[in-house]
Amino acid sequence: MSMSFKMALRSIGSNKLRSVLTMLGIIIGVIALVVLVSLVNGATKSVNEQIASLGTNYMQIYIWNTWDDPLTSRELETWADGEELVETVAPTIQNSATAKFGARSKQVSVVGTTSAFYDIRGLKLEKGRFLKPVDVQNNSCICVLDSIAADNVVGYRDCVGQEISLNGIRYTVAGVLAENDSMMMFGGESTVYIPFSSMLRQYAELSGGIDSFYAIPPKGVSVSDAAVSVRNWLSGRFEKDEWGNDNFYVSTMDALEDSASSVTSVLSALLGGIASISLIVGGIGIMNIMLVTVTERTREIGIRKAIGATRRSILSQFLMEAVVLCMMGCIIGVFLSWCILNLANSVVQGLGLTFDLDAGVVLLAAAFCFAIGLIFGLYPANKAAKMKPIDALHYGG
Amino acid sequence: MIDLKDITKVYQIGEEKIYALNHVNLHIAPQEFVSVIGPSGSGKSTLMNIIGLLDTADAGVYTLDGIPINEYSENALAGVRNRKIGFVFQNFNLIAKLSAEENVELPLIYAGTPARERSEKVKKALEKVGLSSRAKHMPTELSGGQQQRVAIARALVTDPSVILADEPTGNLDSHTSAEIMEILEELNDQGKTVVLITHDNDIAKRAKRIVHILDGKLSEVRL
Ligand SMILES: Nc1ncnc2c1ncn2[C@@H]1O[C@H](COP(=O)(O)OP(=O)(O)O)[C@@H](O)[C@H]1O
Ligand SMILES: [Mg+2]
Repeated sequence: MSMSFKMALRSIGSNKLRSVLTMLGIIIGVIALVVLVSLVNGATKSVNEQIASLGTNYMQIYIWNTWDDPLTSRELETWADGEELVETVAPTIQNSATAKFGARSKQVSVVGTTSAFYDIRGLKLEKGRFLKPVDVQNNSCICVLDSIAADNVVGYRDCVGQEISLNGIRYTVAGVLAENDSMMMFGGESTVYIPFSSMLRQYAELSGGIDSFYAIPPKGVSVSDAAVSVRNWLSGRFEKDEWGNDNFYVSTMDALEDSASSVTSVLSALLGGIASISLIVGGIGIMNIMLVTVTERTREIGIRKAIGATRRSILSQFLMEAVVLCMMGCIIGVFLSWCILNLANSVVQGLGLTFDLDAGVVLLAAAFCFAIGLIFGLYPANKAAKMKPIDALHYGG
Repeated sequence: MIDLKDITKVYQIGEEKIYALNHVNLHIAPQEFVSVIGPSGSGKSTLMNIIGLLDTADAGVYTLDGIPINEYSENALAGVRNRKIGFVFQNFNLIAKLSAEENVELPLIYAGTPARERSEKVKKALEKVGLSSRAKHMPTELSGGQQQRVAIARALVTDPSVILADEPTGNLDSHTSAEIMEILEELNDQGKTVVLITHDNDIAKRAKRIVHILDGKLSEVRL
């Protein structure tokens, strides 16, 4: 075994240029596989981190039916108080309005909610404060702007204390939210938050039913468990529509994470598959050269047989040579992949992306190369092993 | 130990059949020194290759050490070539990219001899042919006579009972030939069976027994 390994190294070393050219197919295949999969993994990691930064422990529930027997915020809060699997809820009603500040006029989205919204969504303030329970109790005419609304409506962020009007009703700005990635991700609409009670007063035509709410489970309870209790409650609370579908939808962030990771794993498998094809092409190159090698070394095979080499020892010699060629190509390919990923890292520096050599894909590449060496080495090696000693000795005169 | 009965080897060249060996009967006892002489193309090498298990006859029975060789498995044949037979060829047949000592070591590797024992045996074999000083040399760095001595060292390193030499002096000058013959005679004196093929009568005469081959037919020669 170690002997045929030494012989293989020697034979590979005796024709370096050819060996390197032979390995090239494998090297390129390994680079394609390792680099592509590592890039996808790096991108996946960064997407997942961004999703995680959204706060994945809350769920948003959409209620389609807000007209017959609407769900009120009081009913929601009463239920949440009695439900162990749900810690806090924040009802919301969303509508649009024309916001005016001085001579400026902009279309904005208005969300009526409660103070709980802030914690559930993990928001941050840039200026001032968020809605307080007293604001909701008193139907206060105060509002909180997100950073986009501050930019668009007022024109600057340091605007606490200014007055804006929403559809003609005046609101004092109590706070401005900090900019956050998720806002950018979800479209960047100007949003103005006002107390839930003020919302109902502002839009008298509303039934008083909430159209959506946020909920978080207490510590130690998973979002999906909490989601089950919400679903159970709501499916009792609301009748199904005429097509037999639920009149509500529970959306959890881990669903987003799941769909993101299923997209990236499909991408990774797809690219990995394409790269594997190039590895197989590399394997065919190895087979080709091994066949040439066997032909060139027919006399040597004859000599070895004449002095007592068995079929097995000839087979293992050439098989070993093919496998060693492949594995050397693999090592070179992994090394070059590492260089390329380092280069990629220095290019994307500061974009919150890092590409690491993925140990899993390196192992996969190594296993793949080993298999390719065995599979594509077997035919030439077997051809060598099966030669009759006398024919091999007399080959080419 | 070597017993050939009605051994026949036929080559079909187009329509024509060439009898390289035509019902050959030959018995070689242990420790004999036999010369096979005959002109070029008479079938000498064919005979040698069959005796050395590199080739198989088309008809007849070859019994080696009491066992017909068609009863040997492929693996067993490799083992016999490895341990019972040492081959010396006219064109040396050394492996060019291995040094002298590595060439000599090769049969021991196939025999599964442990490394330490191998290097000892290689040293002894090279000593026996007087080439200790050239152990590290590559075949291309050696003269014809030296290469043939390496080949002899390789043939005897596994201590086989039979040495088969197919025109070992064919490519060598008369002085070097004499040296090679001396080594072969010495090996025979030490108890090895030697079968020597030649077309040189003077060289053949150094053997204790001579057989003559012509057009694939064998006959004993009494001197
Ligand atoms: N592989 C072969 N194919 C066809 N004819 C062959 C082959 N090997 C040997 N012969 C023929 O068999 C005869 C004996 O050859 P060989 O044993 O090599 O003779 P020698 O060694 O006495 O010169 C010759 O006529 C040769 O042409
Ligand atoms: Mg001949």
